[in-house]
Amino acid sequence: MGNERIKSSRRKFIKSAVTIAGATVGYNWLKSSQFLLFGAEPEDKSLPWYGIVFDIQKCIGCGNCAKACKKENDVPIEPFFFRNWVEQYTVRNDGSVDIVSPNGGIDGFEQRVPDDEIFKSFFVPKMCNHCAKSPCEQVCPVGATFLSPEGIVLIDEKYCIGCRYCVQACPYGCRFIHPVKKVANKCTLCYHRLKKNLTPVCFEICPTGARMFGNLRDKNSELVKFLKEHTTQVLRPNLNTGAKLYYNALSSEVR
Amino acid sequence: MDPHYQHLYNILANSQGYIFPNEIDLQWGILIVVYPFITGLVAGAFILASLERVFNVKILKSTYQLALLTALSFLLVATMPLISHLSKPQRAYEIMITPHSSSAMAIFGFIYLWYLMVVLLLEIWFDYRHSMVVWASEKKGVMKFIYTILTLGVKDISPRTLRWDKKLGYIITVVGIPSAFLLHGYVGFIFGSIKANPWWSTPLMPIIFLFSAMVSGIAMVMLIYMVINHFRKKSIEVTVLDTIGRFLFFVLILDFTLEGLDQIHRIYVADESFEIMKLLVQGKLYLTLFVSQGLVGTIIPLITLAFLQFYKHQIRLRKTMYFIVSMLVLIGVYSMRWNVVIGGQLFSKSFSGFTSFKVGLIGIDGTLMAAFWLLLPFGILSFLLWLLPPWKMVEEIE
Repeated sequence: MGNERIKSSRRKFIKSAVTIAGATVGYNWLKSSQFLLFGAEPEDKSLPWYGIVFDIQKCIGCGNCAKACKKENDVPIEPFFFRNWVEQYTVRNDGSVDIVSPNGGIDGFEQRVPDDEIFKSFFVPKMCNHCAKSPCEQVCPVGATFLSPEGIVLIDEKYCIGCRYCVQACPYGCRFIHPVKKVANKCTLCYHRLKKNLTPVCFEICPTGARMFGNLRDKNSELVKFLKEHTTQVLRPNLNTGAKLYYNALSSEVR
Repeated sequence: MDPHYQHLYNILANSQGYIFPNEIDLQWGILIVVYPFITGLVAGAFILASLERVFNVKILKSTYQLALLTALSFLLVATMPLISHLSKPQRAYEIMITPHSSSAMAIFGFIYLWYLMVVLLLEIWFDYRHSMVVWASEKKGVMKFIYTILTLGVKDISPRTLRWDKKLGYIITVVGIPSAFLLHGYVGFIFGSIKANPWWSTPLMPIIFLFSAMVSGIAMVMLIYMVINHFRKKSIEVTVLDTIGRFLFFVLILDFTLEGLDQIHRIYVADESFEIMKLLVQGKLYLTLFVSQGLVGTIIPLITLAFLQFYKHQIRLRKTMYFIVSMLVLIGVYSMRWNVVIGGQLFSKSFSGFTSFKVGLIGIDGTLMAAFWLLLPFGILSFLLWLLPPWKMVEEIE
């Protein structure tokens, strides 16, 4: 009798264990195979899920964004540390491409290629793509880099061990090691300002409205409207980083 | 001006083409070159030891303990270059207590500890227990005390227990081989899984690391065997060298094939990164890749080892050739680590330019520090060989 009881309870245990394991695996599989328009859906649906648009046709390369960012976020002024910067692309008639970003574009640009050799030229502002499947967040060995509920990739400076794996993993070159704090540093989309309902400083200062940011979940937002009406592209789409920084009028030379 | 900034301005002046502004400084320097080199020696030395045990290669008996102690000496130092390159080394323990499950790097501490505690230390302990019990009873004073502690109080040396020691040691070796594969294949994965970097991102990376690890470990044991016997004024058995040399030959062929396959694949597929990779290998990596790794570290040793498979005369000459081959192979594998780690950071992820790298002499990330971490294992090995001399071990009762 006792034996029977043990056997049946054991069977029950195995049955439920298998069911739970199967359900977990199944749920996770289904979850990951959902088709997602914006890289990923937020866990908390009540919060905004931020996306960014840069309109290359509107950028004049004034570099105010890069300059303001350094001031606002206490980034060292030396030209090796940038949370955002501007690149100048010049495609020559022979097809070769000149790319420059002297001091991140903060001091403005000077066209070095003679006019008659230029096929086309344009500016490309760069900053963290706040990827939904961000490679930097994936590789951090202690989880010091994390995705905020609003989809912003942030760093816990008190936790970062300075292994620099995240700097290696970012395909866009958006991370650096802060020379004073000795930990990884990057764009926070001015999280401190967002929390006070202020616009990130680079968006605030852009004189031509080449930079837009907004809530991807709000289908009536300016940002979503813009995405609807324009053909936009993310950088390095082949890497499947779930980048949430969309470029309008992006030329194929840009990486 | 701050010397670090001055250094960065110099690099900026020497950069070519366009690099992202944050890419001027190399994130991983010479210490990260040393780290996979040391880990590779551990895995390679252990695999050589396992060959003797599992496949019962009798002739390698004299190098068995030597290989194990070599593996242990290097393993004890393996984490040091890693920890010392962190900019917040005091937080290194976080990687063990709050590991981030999706990070390839986070698992290293656990694989390392598994390998150290479960594989190497246990295997050496089972292997030496009998001898340590005997030494504890023979020695006096401090040494008696030390050996007694090392036996962990297990002093039973009845034939039955000794048979168990042997059996358990065997089981650990069998577990140890996949562990050694895991340890170094995993180091390759740390690089191979970085999709942002086309120079690293290949599924072949773990297996290339593994085979180059075996190459370096086997060469290192061969070298140490010759050096130690020379200093102990014992004869260097050329048959032992022949056997190790044959293993080295086969593994080197496999290693060369794999690395060749990787390069051929890159050239044939020629994806978006091809142009910049081509410039990289023809320019900044020319010496370290084609000359140091390819010619000196692979082609010359391969030809010499092939020659030694047939040439069986003049023992003295053959010993000299084995000595030189093992040195060349070690230089080649070190260059391979350099080419992977430094080479992978020299080009911009914009695929449009190069930064430059100059290793300093002093400082945490300097040549002297790297040399210290590379030499320290030899100090540890000397101590271990004094404490646990393989040549004084108690003969087994068959």
